[in-house]
Amino acid sequence: MTDVVLILALAVLLAWPLGRYMARVFSGQRVFTDFLTPAENGLYRLMGVDPARGMNWRGYGMALLWSNFAMAVVLYGVLVFQGSLPLNPDRVGGMSWDTALHTAASFVTNTNQQHYSGQAQLSYLSQMMLTWFMFVTPAVGLAALVAILRAFTGRDGNLNEHTHTNLDERTRGNLGNYYVDVTRGLTRVLIPLSLVWALLLSAQGVPSTFEGARTVQLIDPQTVTAGGQTATVTEQVIPVGPVSALVAIKQLGTNGGGYYGPNSAAPLENPTPLSNLLQTLAILLIPIAQVFMIGYLLGGRFGRMVFGVMATFSLSFIALIVALERQPNPAFAGLAAPGGNWEGKEIRFGIDPSALWATLTTQTSNGSVNAMHDSLNPLSGAVTLVDMFINAAWGGVGVGAINFLLYVMLAVFIAGLMVGRTPELFGRRLEAREIKLVSLVILLQPLLILLPTALALGLGLANNSNPGHHGISQVLYEYTSAFANNGSGFEGLGDATVWWNMSCAAVLVLARFIPILAPLAIAGFMAAKRVAPVTSGTLRLESPAFAVTTFSVIVIVQLLNFVPVLVLGPVAAHLAGGR
Amino acid sequence: MSLELKQARREAREGTFDSSAVAQAIGKSFTYLNPRRQLRNPVMFVVWVGTLVALYLALADLVTGRPWGYDLAIALLLLLTVLFANFAEALAEARGRAQAASLRTARADLRALRLVGESAQEISSTQLRRGDQILIREGQLVPADGEIRKGLAVVDESAITGESAPVVREAGTDRDGVTAGTRVLTGEIVVEVTSNPGESFLDRMIALVEGASRQKTPNEIALSVLLSALTLVFVLVVATLPFIASFVNISLPASTLVALLVCLIPTTIGGLLPAIGIAGMDRALRANVIAKSGKAVEVAGDVDTLLLDKTGTITLGDRQASEFRPVQGVAAARLRYAAAAASISDATPEGKSIVRLARDQGTALEPKSAEGAKVIAFTAQTRMSGADLPGGLQARKGAPDRMMALVRESGHGVPDELPLLVDEIARGGATPLVVTENGQALGVVALSDIVKTGIRERFAQLRRMGLRTVMVTGDNPLTAQAIAAEAGVDDFIAEARPEDKLRLIREEQARGRLVAMMGDGTNDAPALAQADVGLAMNSGTQAAKEAANMIDLDSDPTKLLEVVEIGKQLLITRGSLTTFSRANDVAKYFAIIPALFAGAVPGLSALNVMQLESPTSAVLSAVIFNALIIPALVPLALRGVSYVPGSADSLLLRNLLIYGLGGLALPFVAIKLIDLAVGLFV
Repeated sequence: MTDVVLILALAVLLAWPLGRYMARVFSGQRVFTDFLTPAENGLYRLMGVDPARGMNWRGYGMALLWSNFAMAVVLYGVLVFQGSLPLNPDRVGGMSWDTALHTAASFVTNTNQQHYSGQAQLSYLSQMMLTWFMFVTPAVGLAALVAILRAFTGRDGNLNEHTHTNLDERTRGNLGNYYVDVTRGLTRVLIPLSLVWALLLSAQGVPSTFEGARTVQLIDPQTVTAGGQTATVTEQVIPVGPVSALVAIKQLGTNGGGYYGPNSAAPLENPTPLSNLLQTLAILLIPIAQVFMIGYLLGGRFGRMVFGVMATFSLSFIALIVALERQPNPAFAGLAAPGGNWEGKEIRFGIDPSALWATLTTQTSNGSVNAMHDSLNPLSGAVTLVDMFINAAWGGVGVGAINFLLYVMLAVFIAGLMVGRTPELFGRRLEAREIKLVSLVILLQPLLILLPTALALGLGLANNSNPGHHGISQVLYEYTSAFANNGSGFEGLGDATVWWNMSCAAVLVLARFIPILAPLAIAGFMAAKRVAPVTSGTLRLESPAFAVTTFSVIVIVQLLNFVPVLVLGPVAAHLAGGR
Repeated sequence: MSLELKQARREAREGTFDSSAVAQAIGKSFTYLNPRRQLRNPVMFVVWVGTLVALYLALADLVTGRPWGYDLAIALLLLLTVLFANFAEALAEARGRAQAASLRTARADLRALRLVGESAQEISSTQLRRGDQILIREGQLVPADGEIRKGLAVVDESAITGESAPVVREAGTDRDGVTAGTRVLTGEIVVEVTSNPGESFLDRMIALVEGASRQKTPNEIALSVLLSALTLVFVLVVATLPFIASFVNISLPASTLVALLVCLIPTTIGGLLPAIGIAGMDRALRANVIAKSGKAVEVAGDVDTLLLDKTGTITLGDRQASEFRPVQGVAAARLRYAAAAASISDATPEGKSIVRLARDQGTALEPKSAEGAKVIAFTAQTRMSGADLPGGLQARKGAPDRMMALVRESGHGVPDELPLLVDEIARGGATPLVVTENGQALGVVALSDIVKTGIRERFAQLRRMGLRTVMVTGDNPLTAQAIAAEAGVDDFIAEARPEDKLRLIREEQARGRLVAMMGDGTNDAPALAQADVGLAMNSGTQAAKEAANMIDLDSDPTKLLEVVEIGKQLLITRGSLTTFSRANDVAKYFAIIPALFAGAVPGLSALNVMQLESPTSAVLSAVIFNALIIPALVPLALRGVSYVPGSADSLLLRNLLIYGLGGLALPFVAIKLIDLAVGLFV
């Protein structure tokens, strides 16, 4: 329990100054990292970008789409042809076309869902390419968030330049420069933080090398019999590589794709309790910092409301899952099984930190694991699913806050009507055009989770290990994880099939870009609207009543949709004794 | 006639469910089952399709010899749900139509004297066309809406406004409009007809409450989009369920799935949404306001700034003498006498109030002194009036600057104190009139504006609602400021010309505010058109009425406040019932989900928190509740939820508690009760 409280307290304490720093970075105020400006300018010249040129929502959105598409194409090529490309000391062959497509989709969407085992199926070049995506995709999410926030502050490209509430036509739709925002997110936020984390993790024993796999002599040689032949195994090949750099950004950038198949459950990826604390902290750091950033940009009171609602969800689920995991699996009901649910957990971490990690990694769209989610108690599995259904407390870097803003829009619409005015968000009216886009995103979730789940289960495409209710959870989890751009797996799926790769790739891409582009478009529309002054007839977004409305909207409009499938999956599994 | 009419109008005003409207609505409920009409409302269309599916299932049961009662019961209950929603819309329409029709009876088939050259020919009012000149004599009914071109008349408008006091309407003034169905009491007028039959504002309003030309308002469209999306979400949720269940070899009864779908989609608000919109228009009509579009009513709720004319809205129409202030060396009685003498033949309310105040303070003019007095009437040029009494007394009163000039001309000096007195009175919010006797300045009479009782509280309430009030007056800034302070308005414009209103509206709009104003003159037309809500008085000119988006039949200057409340109430009713509808889903889940999986997942009965009798009765109870809640909420939808003016915070909290928490709790109780009743039969 103490470790849980300690990690949460540290996360908030560190996220606060980080959020303030990020707000200053993205509003062009002076920060201590300004010495990087010449280097950044060099990058802009290299990319052929004029950093002073602002973009409207269309320009911003197109830049985002095309740059991501181009990067995904390059990644796909590298994965398929890695066998003949350099930096491949272990002579790993090329990836199959469908797994490569899924992997490219998975990494360009900040998801890192893996239908392969990294240490065996990727060359160092591929691993480093993936590490690059781990850096750039959270920066893309952050950039999109900052662009959307600019529309609501009513200020132009530089957030700090406080201009009159109604800007003239020329500057009104300016949401900033996409390339500048992504670059700053990289150079000033993600890279420096990763540097610190990578060094700390290396100090704890996480490998960081370009040399090939190590071959070690077994202290206790094993005799194995296979195919009628008996042999004595005396040595073992241990894959190493640039692990700590990848793990640092994997945790910080809500990425989650591990260097090793078992992710942070593997001893080389997460060797000690201290490395575990550092990595758990890293899961939460930027997702919480983005809330503080919102507070600094849109006003502290609004920030407190957002923080309050998110924290309520987050803490409730942490408490719930820790309590659930302290119980033995229902399959052991009646047996004298002492203590909690130890299956699939690393003894060096313990139950509470593993349960904490499981809920945080799903709350933040991170997806790294330090224990096997497949082995969670059925209801704990439901908690991780619910975390991903919400996907906005705290959510992924940038996108979590964007998702939350969508919920806020929905709450504003309903609460706005209830106070007898056309709903307004920061003084700008929410009208049919905006509500259409909000509705689209609401519709997307059941469409992209329930529809493929029903197809996979109904048409027998699931290819999974468990025939019962738990089997439903496995498939549901995979698509929910893809939708939430989370990336963690329930495992137990033979997921390297064409169906899994294709269906997940489609869900990944649609669930990443539509929920970014739709709010961006809304922001663009809203930026062009006249701003109504605040009066006592205006809905106050910071009021407790509005916080309750937002909370209820998330529960009733979003979570309630998944009650039937949760009943068929984890709830029934729980009632049926863990099957 | 006007008596019966009033009777009819009162009835239309009072009963929510008067029997003829209900009978009409029941008939329409069935004709509205037409699928093309149902398609207009996606939420109810899904229920309609669900009805057909359930009906098909029941028929299939019948043919194959399986028990068919349950499927048929579901089908009938779903049909009932659609009928109830149709009924709500039809009832709202019927009531609106009845309300409008009572106004229209006043104008049915009247005789008109059309002027052709010099002669007048009698025709039916239905033959009148825009631009026709008609003659209306004393005692006749006005056959069509129009503007007086010649003459002056006293008109009884009680048939339209319900106000018994007759009003004066005169050509060439801002009060030259006459309405069909009103009666000319005295005078003879020539009126130019301003609309063709069937095209008057009232006709347009009637079309708005009836189905054909009803356009959805912006917020209604946005809400419909959201409700459609939510409906689609639940279609997905329910349609995927049997496939997912098939993985664990659970087969789900199709009719229960249809029931689940219908219970989860927002049928309550979806079914009541059209009725709420129509009822909003209807409430405006009941307040004797003709809205030219549903949008206008809705926008009224968003208004941030109210532009109010001082006279008639904030103060009583007439100023009253409140004080005599003699200059040094002049006895108060002498001032009173001169002032009263100057007003001896002044028939204006101001003049009479001076005589009355003098008398009250002990200075009465002998009636005979007025005989043979030579009256100097007030003109806009001289800006003074008075009388020469037979005794040789020349009493004058008038605007200070004018009177001081006259005093100087006559050779008497202006007392030093006089300008100070004038200033002091003006600063106090009153209008100073300087009184002279044979050219010598005696002192000042103060004419005070009387601020209406209760107006201050009203403005305080508006401020709590977040509305800014701006007073518009022709008074000088000092007077205006004093009255503004007394009435508690937020701002004022003094010495206002019509173009100032337009400028102010544009300024307010540039700051992001929505502005409402009321006006009657042709001068007001541009401002009325520019304002987001322009309310024209029915007594006003045609230009004003054309420019405005609402017309007040009562010509009541305080009507703006009422219109704002109607707009807000309309939005709140939509929002609250949406919240209520969604909150209901929680209880419905608890009723249906355990029933749906009852056989397949045994432990699930733990979720049956309501302890419902059997899976069958649980599903039926939820569907019955879902159907019955629509007619149960019809009165609320038609009347609008009760609106207590207050800040947004207090409104949100209040409505969240009533409709959110209430919507959460009520169905648990109601479904349990229905289940007990259903248990007796199943």
